[in-house]
Formats: sequence, C-alpha cells, structure tokens
Amino acid sequence: MDLAALLALNVINGAASLFLLCLGLAIIFGMMRIINLAHGEFVMLGAYAAVLSANAGVNIWIAMLVVAPLFVGLVGLLVERCLVRFLYGRLVDSMLATWGLSLLIIGIVTTIFGNTMQGVPTPLGGFSIGDYRTSWYTLFLLAVAIVMMAIVYAVLRYTRYGLIARAVMQNPDMAAVLGVNPTHVYMATFSLGAAVTGLAGGVLAPVSGITPVMGGAYVAKAFITVVGGGAAIISGTLSASGLFGFVNQLGAYFTTPVYGEVILFLSAIVLIRLLPQGISGRFFKGTV
Amino acid sequence: MSDTAKLSVQIAAVLVACIAVALMPGYVDLFQLMQFTLFASMAVLALSLGFIWGFGGILCFGQTAFFGLGAYAYAVAAINFGDSTPAILMAIIVPSLFALALGYFVFYGRISDVYLGVITLTVTLILFNVFNSTAGDEYTIGVARLGGFNGMPAVPTFNMPFDPSGILFPEHSWYVTGGVLIAVYVGLRLLLRSRFGRVAVAVRENETRAALLGYDPRVVKLWVFVLGGAIAGLAGALYVNWGAFVGPTIFALSLSAEIIIWICIGGLGTLIGPVVGCFLIQYLVSQIGSQQSFNSNLILGAILVVFVVLLPKGLVPTLRNLILSGWHLVGDARRKGAEAKRNDLAAGQPVGAE
Amino acid sequence: MTISRRKFLHSTMAASAVLASPAISTRYAFGADDPIRVGSLLDQSGAIASSGVTMVAAIQLAIDEINEAGGLLGRPLELIQYDTQSNIQLYSQYAQQLALKDRVDVVHGGITSASREAIRPTFDRFQVLYFYNVLYEGGVCDRNVFCTGTTPAQTVEKLVPFAMKNSGKKAYILAADYNYGQITAKWMTKYMRDNGGEILSVDFFPLDVTNFGPTISKIQAAKPDLILSALVGGNHVSFYRQWESAGMKGQIPIASTTFGLVNEPSTVDASVSKDIYGCYGYYEELETPESTAFVDKLKSRWAEIPYISELTATTYEGVYLWAEGVKKAGTLDRMKVIEALESGISYKGPSGEVTLDGPTHHTVRNAYLAQVQDRKWNVLETFQDVQPSDTAMVCNLAENPNDNQQYVIDIDS
Repeated sequence: MDLAALLALNVINGAASLFLLCLGLAIIFGMMRIINLAHGEFVMLGAYAAVLSANAGVNIWIAMLVVAPLFVGLVGLLVERCLVRFLYGRLVDSMLATWGLSLLIIGIVTTIFGNTMQGVPTPLGGFSIGDYRTSWYTLFLLAVAIVMMAIVYAVLRYTRYGLIARAVMQNPDMAAVLGVNPTHVYMATFSLGAAVTGLAGGVLAPVSGITPVMGGAYVAKAFITVVGGGAAIISGTLSASGLFGFVNQLGAYFTTPVYGEVILFLSAIVLIRLLPQGISGRFFKGTV
Repeated sequence: MSDTAKLSVQIAAVLVACIAVALMPGYVDLFQLMQFTLFASMAVLALSLGFIWGFGGILCFGQTAFFGLGAYAYAVAAINFGDSTPAILMAIIVPSLFALALGYFVFYGRISDVYLGVITLTVTLILFNVFNSTAGDEYTIGVARLGGFNGMPAVPTFNMPFDPSGILFPEHSWYVTGGVLIAVYVGLRLLLRSRFGRVAVAVRENETRAALLGYDPRVVKLWVFVLGGAIAGLAGALYVNWGAFVGPTIFALSLSAEIIIWICIGGLGTLIGPVVGCFLIQYLVSQIGSQQSFNSNLILGAILVVFVVLLPKGLVPTLRNLILSGWHLVGDARRKGAEAKRNDLAAGQPVGAE
Repeated sequence: MTISRRKFLHSTMAASAVLASPAISTRYAFGADDPIRVGSLLDQSGAIASSGVTMVAAIQLAIDEINEAGGLLGRPLELIQYDTQSNIQLYSQYAQQLALKDRVDVVHGGITSASREAIRPTFDRFQVLYFYNVLYEGGVCDRNVFCTGTTPAQTVEKLVPFAMKNSGKKAYILAADYNYGQITAKWMTKYMRDNGGEILSVDFFPLDVTNFGPTISKIQAAKPDLILSALVGGNHVSFYRQWESAGMKGQIPIASTTFGLVNEPSTVDASVSKDIYGCYGYYEELETPESTAFVDKLKSRWAEIPYISELTATTYEGVYLWAEGVKKAGTLDRMKVIEALESGISYKGPSGEVTLDGPTHHTVRNAYLAQVQDRKWNVLETFQDVQPSDTAMVCNLAENPNDNQQYVIDIDS
C-alpha cells in the first residue's frame, strides 16, 4: 500500500517534470510553428542562472522562481530580436538556426564557466510514507507545474494579451488589419516561452547534474511530447506529458530504465500514427 | 538558360567530377585521400535525404536510422561471410525493407509534415537505445558480436567482388566511394527526368491535385522513401569501409541534425547542394578541432547562425541565382527583373525541380 | 571470429607493406634537432570535455617537463592535440591524420572505450604506438596498445569487500547502460558473491536519464545494506542529489567506481557526497612529494582545473612510461620501443610506483580506498602494486603476440 502510494507519487512527479520541461516549447512551437532546437539549452541557462545567483548569496527560492525565468526570458527576447524574427514561416531554417544557437550557447557557457559547476543543495527535507522516504521537493515540483499551468491558461484564456496572441497565431494578416502589431506579439510569446523554460531549468537545478551539455537530455523527449500533444498548448501538453510520464515511470519501475525509454518512444509512435493531429487535435479541439 | 544548355552543363560537370575522382590519388597524400573518402560516403548519405526531402517532400529527421542499419548490416554480414560482396547487398536490402515497413506505417496513415519528422526521429532514438544495450555475449549474430556502446571494431573492409583475399587499398576505396557518389547522383538525376520523378515532384507540390489526376501519393512517397533508405544504407557500408568501425553513436541525434544542416547550407531542392554542404561542413568541423584557442561548439554554432541569416536559401541556389542574373544581365534586362521577382516569391520554399 | 580476424590481419599486413615503407623513410629523414611528435586525441568540447580538458593539460605538462630536462634522445617533443569534440567519427578521422599526415611516433588518447575501439584498428594498421590512459573495464589485448589506467581487478576487488565490511551482505547495483557499466556490474556481482554477499538487483541507466525517482523507490522496497554505483556522467549525478533530497542519505551506504572521476565531490553539496566510498589509482589529496608537486604544477599553470583525478594522473604517467621506454630502447623504432616497454619499465609518478606488465600491456600500480568527507577524499587504505589480474586471465601477449582484440572476460566461470 505504501509502495503503491509512493509509486503513484513518482508517476505524478515524472509527468509534472515532463510537463514543466515541455510547456515552454509548446508555447513556442504550438503558437508560432518554430521548432526550437535550443530548448534544452534554455533549460540549461535557467539552471545556471539559478545556481549562480544562489551561490552568489541570493535566496534559493528567489533564484529558482524569479532570477531563472527573468534571465532566460531576456535571453529569449534577445534571440527573437536578433535571430528568430527573420525565420517565421520557415520551419526548416528555424531548426538550422536554433541548432546553431544551441551549440553557440553551449560554447559560450563552457568558455565562461568551464565544464562543471557547483550545484545548490536541494531545499526542503524528506518525509515518510510508511516505510518509504521521499522528498518534499517532489511535491514542490508538482505544485509548480500546477501553478504554471493555471497561470499560462489564465493568461491565454482571460487576458487581452492572450486573446490577441491567439488571434495572431490563427491569422496574423487579419489581426494586423484589426490594428494589432504581430511583431510585438511574436516577440512577447517567444520571450514568454523562454521564461517558462527557464523556470523549469531553475526548479530542476537542485535535483540535476549541472553541466553545459545537460540540455541534450531534454530536447528530443520534449519535442516528441509537444508534437504528441498537438496544437492546444495546455490540454495537449498536459495529456501527452501525463501519458508519456506514466508509461515511462511505470515501464522504468517494472522493467529497467532502458525499456522505460523504449516504451515511451514506442507509445509516442503509436500515438502519432493513431492521432496524427496529436491528442488535443482529436479530443480537445478548440481548447487552449 | 535553355534546357539543352542546362543539360550540357550538367553532363560537363559529371565528366569533370569523374576525371577529378580518377586523378585525385595522384595529387593528394594518403591522409587527404582517406578524408575525401569519408566525405564522399557522407555525401551519399546527404544525397539520400536531399532526394526524399527536396524532391519527395518527406522531412525525415531520422535518416541516420537507415544509414546506421546499413552500417550494422554490412558489419555483421562482412564478419560472418568474410566477403564484402554479399555484405554490401545486405547493407542495401536491410534498410530498404525497414524503410518499406516504416513507410507503409506512416504514409498509409497519411502522416506528413512535422509529425513524420517526429516519428522518424523517435525510431532513431529507439535504435540507438537498442543497439546501445547489446553489450552482452548473447547479442551475437553468427560470429559477429554487436558490442553495445563500444561498437564493432576491426570490421573487414571492401574486397574485390567475390574475392575475399583481394582487399582494396585506400586508393581503390576512394575510386569505389567517389564512383558510387557520382553514380548515385547521375541515377537520381535520370530518375527525376523520368515519369516517376515528375510524379514525385508533383506529389511534393500538391498531394491533392496529384491524387485527383489519378496518382496515389501514398505509393509514390513510399517508393521515394524506400529508395532514400536504400541509398542511405549503401552510404552506411561505405562509411564502415572507411573507418572499419561501427558503433551506436551512428544513430545519435547530432548526426541526424548534421545531415539536415548540410542540406540547408548546400540548398534544399537541389541534388548538388547536399553534396556541397556535406563536404563544406565536414571539412569545417575537422578544421575546428585542430585549433586550440576557442571552444569548438562556439565556432560551429556562430557559423551556422550567421549563415542562416545571410544566406537563407543555401549556397547552391544563391550562387545559381547570381549566375543566372549575370546571364540575363547580358540579355534582356526586363527578363532579369522578372526572374528576380519569381525567385523572391519562391523564397523559403524548395526551389523547383529542373 | 577467427576467420575474419585472420582476414583483417591479412589486410593489415597487405596495407602496411605498402603504407609503412614511406612512413618509415620519412620518419628517419628527421634531423637530430627535429622534434619528436607526440599525438593526442582527447575531447575538449561536448559531453566528455569535463574529463578531457584536464587530461590535455596533464599531457602538455609532461611534454614540457621532458623538454625542459633536455628532451628525448637529444630531441625535443612536440605535442599535436586534436579536439575530438565527443564525436566518434572525429576520433577515426584524426587518428588517420595523426598516423598519415602528422606521422607521429606515439599517440596518447581516447576516453570512452568506444573511442578507443574506433581508433585502435587505425593505429594497428598504420603501425603507430598507442597509449590508452583511462580506467576501463579491462580485456584489451593488443601488442601495439598499452593501457595505463586501472581495471576492475585493481579497484572493484578492493572496494566491494571493504564496503561490505562496513555495511552488510545485501547489495543493490546501479550502473550506466553501456559496456563499462555492464561489465563493471558483473565484476561487482562476482566480488560480492566471493565475499559471501548477495545481489538484490542490478539496474542499468542510459546516459541521458535524469529522473531517479522510481529507482529510489525500488531501492527502498528492496532494502539493501549497500548500494554499488557505476553511474557515469553529468546526468547521473542527479541520482546522488535525489537520493539525498529523498532523505535516504545516511540510511544506506554507497560505494562507487566512478563518483569523483570528474570532480563530483566538489560540485554537489557536502551533504550529498558525504561518506561515499571510492577506490581509484589516484586522488589529488595524496600527500606524497610526487603527488603534491604534480598538483601544484598543474593548478598553478591552469587555475581553472577543478580537480585532478585518476584520469589526469594516469595520462601524465602514460607519457612518462612511454618516455622511459624510448630512453631504454635508445630509438623511436616502434618494435624496439614496444620490446623495451615490455621488459618491465617503471616510473615513480604522482600515484606511486607504476610498472608496465609485459604480457598484458597493462600496469601494476597502487590502488587507494577512500571516503568523501567534507567534499574531499579521505584516503583510508593503500594497496601496493596491484596486478591487472582480470586482463591477465585472458591475455598473454608474450605467448600470442598477434592477438589484437578486446576480450569480454567470462566472469561467471
């Protein structure tokens, strides 16, 4: 019984981490059709921002929840202005450019900080479920995922920016005719996506190994999840990360982590074959 | 440029390439020759994706799946048979069958665009995981141990057909690899001029319209995909012949992305573009590692970013446009304006097949 | 296997007959003051750069020291290092470049076993002496290759009984999912059983796994006395952090064959790394005069070096062992140098006295058992002159000089 509860917690935690990692990519890909291959490096920058500011004496919570998203959001803004804005509507060029960008970011970070980095201790302690111990931080990650989901949903669904953003994504020319400047919307959206990704990097920093190449572990999985989820940002990403996180963690528990990964990939293939528009294209049409 | 002029330029280019391949060993040292052998085998791989993506409209993120399967099929067969002749055939057959199965799965499910990309990428990741966990003795095919992450070292290289004792020297390997590259190029060129090639381009341009004209886009795409897989598999065999080694990193995401980069840099929708891009980037990457002052990722990343911004269409189309504008400058000035305008409209899309 | 190997040998000889002759003639065309070229292939960028960068510094240091002392055979040494960018294809490419274009007299390099296996055939084929200076799973048997790092029989054999004595008889093994991890896990299993222990489970992890939540649950369900870890790389460091954050630290001891090879004890928090057991051929905390001098020289010249581990020390010693061999042979001729090296060359380096073992081409060296305290390794026990007995089970180059493969040692028998 205790074990079942712990296992359930693991599955939820796996899904929550995956959701956090994918949300920023989903915003950028879902709304702008830009495949950001530097996504993993945005996660890495978020982790570095959190760790560096925490080591410099900033409170760890502020470092993770404020510094990391702000910094990566600014980086995103810079990247959008200097690079991505030339590439809208050019899916393949955007891939090439962001792949180059990811190498560039890895190179810059390695040159400045070297190949390893002193991490920060995990805040919060552990607690027991019966005989088993697990960390409060697991629950914290879950809480962050839920809050982020709520915020992004609220912004897209209820604010004027959200309305405009969705309108621009559907038909930029029409929106421009109605007096909206699509350039500003793209800029804000890319920056928002980057900030959300930076936050994910920030909160994962205390439980990860921090290296300049850490982003490589995330990019393929996040990409597969986002495409599997389909166009709707929240419902699509949530359902896909829930499904894949569930399959991956259970697979890893009952077999080995290797087969956990293989099972995740196989289920992604089957899913996309059965639902070519992603989960949300089939079940949550018209949602955010 | 008229059709005949274009054709004669192409024939001349192929002849020049043949002569260059034939004369190369006399002019460069052994190391450079082996480096060119590697580049040429990678260029065959680049051609395979350049064909299915640029002319079939199939964006495959996982062309390394076929490349790697071809390499492993060659290695396993060569170790077992001790003769490279059937091994090369296996390197073509195994990836073709795999491409047939995968292609049937996706095209008959009417999956296209980025979803297709994700499926092929995922297949590559699965293959990487699977081959990576074959370190134990139980993963042995015949007498060939798959070797897990450490890979399969000391794979027999090419020999004269059906004569295992006639091992090819590096010069001969170069003739084979360079010859295959030219043959594949010419073969694809001819194919594109054939009826099937025109239908494939029609499907790329507009699937629905092609279907309404009585062609089945699924079948057309499937055969384009299988052909691409076969060529990639052959490239895998050439690659193993160069290094006598194959390991699971052949399926890695970085190589898949690199092929896409070669094509983007050289020019999508051309056949010569992927070859040019491949040679250029491979040369660049090996030069970067020889210097010690800057981090290699930093330089390569900066070059790629600058390239996309400055030359979005890729080298070959940009150069061709320049030459064409020069051509028209001599002739009719108005025609030049129209040409430029047409090219502007085509920006960001694959340049049309010729 | 035999058929194909013979064929490969055949091709090797055929190729070398053609290729080696110009190589040799140019090599001897060098004048007395022309530098001796030493090749090096190490990753300075990409995923494995965290190990490679410090190793390059160690090679550079050794070469400079030898040059300051007057060079070898009266000629200076010149280092040619290529950044292999954590890319196996570039290893093959640069190996050919070193052998054919730069015509080096020896190559030191390779970090992962995959990189070594990719370049080993090239150096065999073009007859360039090759030193692999990294700890690995053992079993390479090739007369052209010398492996100077530790193998499982030198470290795991000491680590497992010691950790068992300090914990209990039931172990849970975590290892990276590739050859090194899988073979090391087999050795761990063997040494546990030899000492009357029991293995509850062996779990393998791909190198990009970062979430160890389910594993930590599984470990708790299995209730082992001891955890043996052969986890590798930056992503796997997550395990130790998540273990601590789950509050498991101090509940079950951990012994590792890999933790600390880069600079893990100082990148994670002191509470995360505390009490982990390790057994390596070298730690920068060793206080012999050779060790402190080595650490001072490296760190004063490259201030950014975070930690000097076995990888760096064996690389440095590898260069010196080769130099001793050349001195003894009195020539750079490859076969004469190999024969000199096989005659039992030794060198007193930072890790202590290191002797090359002729029949296996591996090293007899000291092993040190240590435990992390306050981000530093605290050396608990020293084992003098440990033999590479694992590779010796399968490899005898004195009897079979033409052998050139990596054996998978049959541990169960």
